[in-house]
Amino acid sequence: MEFISQPWPWYVAGPAIAFVLFLMFYFGKAFGVSTNLETFCTLSGAGKFSDYFKTDWKSRTWSLVFVVGIIIGGLISSQYLMPSEAIALNPETVQDLAALGFANAGNEYLPAEIFSTNNLLSLKGIGILLVAGLCIGFGTRYAGGCTSGHAITGLSSLQLPSLVAVIGFFAGGLLMVWFLFPLIF
Amino acid sequence: MKNLKFLIIGIVFGIILSKSEVVSWYRIYEMFKFQSFHMYGVIASAIAMGVIFIQLFKRGIIKDFQGNPINVKPKKKGFIRTFVGGSIFGLGWALAGACPGPIFVLIGHGAMTIFIVLLGAMIGAFIYGLLSKKLPS
Repeated sequence: MEFISQPWPWYVAGPAIAFVLFLMFYFGKAFGVSTNLETFCTLSGAGKFSDYFKTDWKSRTWSLVFVVGIIIGGLISSQYLMPSEAIALNPETVQDLAALGFANAGNEYLPAEIFSTNNLLSLKGIGILLVAGLCIGFGTRYAGGCTSGHAITGLSSLQLPSLVAVIGFFAGGLLMVWFLFPLIF
Repeated sequence: MKNLKFLIIGIVFGIILSKSEVVSWYRIYEMFKFQSFHMYGVIASAIAMGVIFIQLFKRGIIKDFQGNPINVKPKKKGFIRTFVGGSIFGLGWALAGACPGPIFVLIGHGAMTIFIVLLGAMIGAFIYGLLSKKLPS
């Protein structure tokens, strides 16, 4: 069963993601994940602080269910479909990461240097995770979408705002990896 | 149970993102270092197929399951909003090595610390909501 034992190449993954987009639109909705962050805020009582969050979350139940599905999909994968967590990285990448202090790059999906539970014991460790989240949450809502909403749906429908947003995604990402990583790690 | 189909589509999406390693922090890092084609291939082929689907929607060749025309909602316009918002998102995407979809996949993988990223993302969305009327678009 190579389908299970081997990672899927890009030419399987990309069209499969497009098929997910197709199904969401076919069933009368849209393809996107980040609006759920606002729905979570609404559910946590953010409406008390700003009218922005006084939305009818029930009309977005379908999207919350989609997110629950994504979590279950991750669970099923990690339990049954991922016999190995090793990522076949370019040796250059491994070398670059070693220089930054990342040992064993590619042995697992996530580097322990950022995601180990021990990091919760240090201010820097928690800070990195929290600030990364803050940027993701604030940025995606300000820009009006994330990778699924802007990069995939927006570019697929040839929308100029999405092109600007994706250029922004890369501007921020390149700045982080090339200039900020050496300062942080 | 009309939402059951979205649960199933979500499960499929979670499996695709897991099996294609898109949820790996390393795949995002190498993408921004231009050291692998993988992520570019995933995104570009998804868009290439997506363009075809959306053209078929727009021309009315594919209708939704109830036979209604499918419309793609236009994105909010504004250079500052999309470029500055996008850049801030990019900083977080590269640091966490995950965007919103993969955050939820990784919760499914049992990665505990990703909950801090999710918490941060909720706070970030909350701050945006508070400031939304004051921010330039």
